[in-house]
Amino acid sequence: MTAIMNTRRMPAKKAWAQVALYVILIALALVIILPLIWMVVTSFKTDADAVREPYSLPDPFSLEAYQTLLTSGQQPIFLWVWNSFAAAALQTVLILLTASMGAYALARLEFPGKRVVFGAIIATLLVPPVVFLIPNYLIVQNLGWLDSIWAITVPGAAGAFGIFFLRQFFVGLPPEIEEAARIDGAGDIRIFVQVVLPLARPALATLAVLSFLGNWNDFLWPVYVLLSPENLTLQPGLNQLQGAYSTHFAIVMAGAVIASVPVLILFGIAQRQIVESVAGSAVKG
Amino acid sequence: MTETATLVAAPPRNRAGGRRPKAGPVRKPTSRRKTLTAYLFLAPFLVLFLTFVVAPGIFGIWMSLTNWSPFRDVQQFVGLQNYIDLFTPGSVTSSDFWKSMSVTGIFVLISVPFLVVIPLLVAILLNQRIRAATTFRTIFFAPYVLGVAVIGVIWGYVLDTQSGILNHLLGLVGLPSNLPWTVDVPWVWVSLVGVTVWWTMGLNTIIFLAGLKGINADLYEAASIDGAGAASKFRNVTVPGLKPVMIFITTTTILASANMFGQSYLLTKGGPGTETRTVIMYIADQGLSQNNMAPAAAMSYVLFAALAIISVVNFRLQRERVEKGAR
Repeated sequence: MTAIMNTRRMPAKKAWAQVALYVILIALALVIILPLIWMVVTSFKTDADAVREPYSLPDPFSLEAYQTLLTSGQQPIFLWVWNSFAAAALQTVLILLTASMGAYALARLEFPGKRVVFGAIIATLLVPPVVFLIPNYLIVQNLGWLDSIWAITVPGAAGAFGIFFLRQFFVGLPPEIEEAARIDGAGDIRIFVQVVLPLARPALATLAVLSFLGNWNDFLWPVYVLLSPENLTLQPGLNQLQGAYSTHFAIVMAGAVIASVPVLILFGIAQRQIVESVAGSAVKG
Repeated sequence: MTETATLVAAPPRNRAGGRRPKAGPVRKPTSRRKTLTAYLFLAPFLVLFLTFVVAPGIFGIWMSLTNWSPFRDVQQFVGLQNYIDLFTPGSVTSSDFWKSMSVTGIFVLISVPFLVVIPLLVAILLNQRIRAATTFRTIFFAPYVLGVAVIGVIWGYVLDTQSGILNHLLGLVGLPSNLPWTVDVPWVWVSLVGVTVWWTMGLNTIIFLAGLKGINADLYEAASIDGAGAASKFRNVTVPGLKPVMIFITTTTILASANMFGQSYLLTKGGPGTETRTVIMYIADQGLSQNNMAPAAAMSYVLFAALAIISVVNFRLQRERVEKGAR
């Protein structure tokens, strides 16, 4: 509305450019969002309706697909949701703990070997993950972790991103913060817990969201290390679901909705932090 | 690799330099305690890092030099045999491996231009003075937060040959409505690239957008005063201003496309035949499903080497091009 009023004051050519700009952006937004809307709409159709009436709104509005899913013994989607939540939460906690402490040392403490340690951690960002795939499979197997939550949480927490991300934040803090606390007689550990961590809350929150999303969406690794149906997470679970119900679109879409609603809600709440931190760490790094 | 290392090593060096005047005579006990504290802070991460990054990295090299089998207790050292096999035409794994490398190569070649150019154009549009720019940005980024399995099932349905919505729509406007989007070449390539663009374009868009916002507005104004048109401003202000972001995006996008796995695994199952079986799919299958671990480990290192070379070449080329352009 206001955009159109503004264009009135512009020369005609500029106004047309403005209209074209919005047309392109809205068309693109529709291309992006329609498949998602359509996933949700299809999940509320009856099985027959999903095939017969692919474009209509659900009529009748049906929870059949969800009921089938929730009562399916072969595809225990409740357990998958729980497994996904548990794994994502556990790995997020692990990353926050280890990365915040490690990044603090690398950013604010002086010690021999610092540059070597940081260089080694950052260098691994450049190694394609497939290099670790087979050896890590054997390591996890030897630890007796195959087909358990440990396999999909602990190895993944060793990634360099958290360290890299938090170090950048800690480096940017003014040194006066610690100096003031040190004059008051606080040691390194107390300074870290009582002064630095509270200040880092926004950065920690962003890292938590990114870690949660990353673990929730992980696919290749869980496909190979999780074996029994009751231990799967949603991503490999969805793959099984599609195999079992390949022609039952409504049911498969209901599974996709269940797998995407939590992350879309998380994205909705934290979208500014997610977008800005992802773009920011790229541009700065 | 070296470039990044020096880049990230720079800040600590400066800090150390800034501290030097204060340090003076070092009191040994305090400094030893400081070192201990620092490593205590690092310990939890380092334990994970050594166990699940450093150890498997070295273990993988060792495996690739043996005839490793999970069914044997003692493994035999075979030197570079696994690597030699990969480079010997006609050996068991070499043709399949290089086929999968070429599949990944094709995917990189077709997908990267779209994954760079489309987000760049969208970022330029979003960088205009428009209403609801944040809303658009959020919508464009949204698919990226979904897992590849969700992407796989949504698009599996859209692209299905018989009952897919895309063929249905094409039929409605009088176009052929039986295109084999996920089962035959060349359509599988269109699907894989299209789905990847749909899924991940938001990421590069927001990075470009941040890069565009970082360009000094005065430069555009100065160009306007000099009578530069939109095209000339783009060439002389936007392109050089985006140089670092462009290098970052092309490098990370090439690497991301080279690591493609889920889209093929879920949408085309690597088919038809092995036409879209990427190298990651092949390595994972050989190593973890076929228990062909030693050759698979060797393959992963060959891939790593190939990607390292490509990254360095790409970095050098782009830097040169921009420097030439600036002259």
